Amino acid sequence: MIALGLEGSANKLGIGLIQHPPGYGRDPTIRAKILSNIRHTFVSPPGTGFLPKDTALHHREWAVKLIKQALKESGVSWRDVDCICYTRGPGMGAPLQSVAVVARMLSMLWNKPLVGVNHCVGHIEMGREITGAENPIVLYVSGGNTQVIAYAEQRYRIFGEALDIAVGNCLDRFARTLNISNDPAPGYNIEQLAKQGKTLLDLPYAVKGMDCSFSGILASIDSLAREHLNPNGTPKNTDPPPSDPPITPSDLCFSLQETLFSMLVETTERAMSHVNSSQVLIVGGVGCNLRLQEMMGIMARDRGGSVYGTDERFCIDNGIMIAHAGLCGFSVGEGVVQVEEAGVTQRFRTDEVWVRWRD
Amino acid sequence: MVGSCMTFSDLEILAALSIRSLPWGGGNLMFPTLKYVYLLHTPSSPPPPAPPITITMSDPTPIKTLIKQGAEAHLYRTTFLTPSHPALLKHRPSKAYRHPILDARLTKHRCLSEARLLVRMRRELDRSRIISVGERGGGGVTVPAVYFVDEARGEIYMEWITGQTLREVLDQALLHTTPLTSSPPACPSTQQDLLYLMTRIGSAIAAMHAVHVIHGDLTTSNIMIRAPPPGAPGDGELVLIDFGLGAVSASDEDMAVDLYVLERAFISTHPRAEEMFKEVLVGYEKGMGKKGAQVMRRLAEVRFRGRKRSMLG
Repeated sequence: MIALGLEGSANKLGIGLIQHPPGYGRDPTIRAKILSNIRHTFVSPPGTGFLPKDTALHHREWAVKLIKQALKESGVSWRDVDCICYTRGPGMGAPLQSVAVVARMLSMLWNKPLVGVNHCVGHIEMGREITGAENPIVLYVSGGNTQVIAYAEQRYRIFGEALDIAVGNCLDRFARTLNISNDPAPGYNIEQLAKQGKTLLDLPYAVKGMDCSFSGILASIDSLAREHLNPNGTPKNTDPPPSDPPITPSDLCFSLQETLFSMLVETTERAMSHVNSSQVLIVGGVGCNLRLQEMMGIMARDRGGSVYGTDERFCIDNGIMIAHAGLCGFSVGEGVVQVEEAGVTQRFRTDEVWVRWRD
Repeated sequence: MVGSCMTFSDLEILAALSIRSLPWGGGNLMFPTLKYVYLLHTPSSPPPPAPPITITMSDPTPIKTLIKQGAEAHLYRTTFLTPSHPALLKHRPSKAYRHPILDARLTKHRCLSEARLLVRMRRELDRSRIISVGERGGGGVTVPAVYFVDEARGEIYMEWITGQTLREVLDQALLHTTPLTSSPPACPSTQQDLLYLMTRIGSAIAAMHAVHVIHGDLTTSNIMIRAPPPGAPGDGELVLIDFGLGAVSASDEDMAVDLYVLERAFISTHPRAEEMFKEVLVGYEKGMGKKGAQVMRRLAEVRFRGRKRSMLG
């Protein structure tokens, strides 16, 4: 079985082709085969974020080119494809719609069934496939989502989540405050700056049971940046010069990361203790962050467990995860939609999906 | 009450003396930063002049037995000041993954906040005497007394409660349809007793909310029924424990979420427990007076949305 996956819920357009060899799902030694996995990212200028209309335009411009390239790289013909999987939600409306139009067009052109996929389930299933983690607690952290998830009775249940903005959104927006580049990703550049940070500044710490709140932290770090930095990002010269070394952008990035990630690790640990699990799987764009992976690793080690992470190919939004999760659903008839009903939705909770392909 | 070996006025005398000079014996339980000793029971008569007492410890190193290990804290059964005075030690260990400064800040903050909530509850419940005595004698509501806080080390020593958790009581009671014959003292033996217990739990939560304390993690494991002294009539006192996620708030929403969390805990225990919970709400509404109806309306809303909001992309 071969599936084509189309992902465009945010600023990445991802196209992937995956193959589930015969016996997949019954024999655990048979793994999915990645035929191609390509991506094109819409990068907005420093100090700005990506707007829905510009992002949608980007996806429309690149979709056909990328699909052609993916088919070429995979070495399979469109005739070999069994189903076309696209992101149904959650995400930004306009970019989602652009990609859904492409999916419907291909479905009618090639006469192939369509499968609508939940973006979050795509991340989880791909993470499980790549790492081989059996039944982990999943921390899904990206620009749009922050969730602590545990699987039970054919649902991915949300144990904890962000009460306001997502953790990645907090990082992205602080990158705009500092006016640093969005290429390859704002979070990546914050991570590099944070490596030089030394001083830990006090920021709010907002864990409420299993849930986190990030907007207050963003407001707080923004005002610290205004207090300590000139508009061009250099440390302010005070008169008389301070006895301590001046606060640099690196210190701010360092403080922000340490605080945010401590909150994430804490809620994940609480979920692990609750369901008595020792495995953690980190997925989503923020999951690429090595400091987050390191902190999670220390926590898991102290609990006698282990952490599973993936690299940018699978952590950051991609088409292959949509193809993979779509094909898992397709094998049991979950998510298959008629062309007339193949719409998108900005709100689509992870726990709404009936995970029929798992026991 | 706890063991009879030491009264609270004894503790006061000890506090009046410099505890630092106690012949503690240099075991692994030294108290380097003795800043907070909460004495919750003020004696009715003025304290007697402190006699020059010396305490000889037969066992200078209190034994710690780990009884529960959660994500955030470890609970130990130990002793406090004398080897025969049982105590619970709640220790928040340092987390290696966190930056040391952040770790110290959080440990300190959480320790103090939990201890403050417990002290607040003790004081307010005592003052208001809302349901300090149940209808059938005995059986009020309280929280464990705080003996000692060392926030730098993340330790709270508190009263050891002898009794059962509500979860244990429910498990036992709902497993047996016929009245229990050899039930422990705290365990209600009949259906009627069980329903009465539910009403009392409702009013206990109302008493907590009336002083604007939100528990934050109200489950059947966090409500205890203290075993009454042997031969004593009446019901065991209710003890609310674990205020680690607690907060001070007067909002309907927070109170409703507290009840919702407890309701979910009830339902997951046993299908029959759902009807029991109705009695809890009856007791709660009665105990809350005017505000009761408001919180009930909010609870209906919280149930409807399932505590969680719909998700934006």
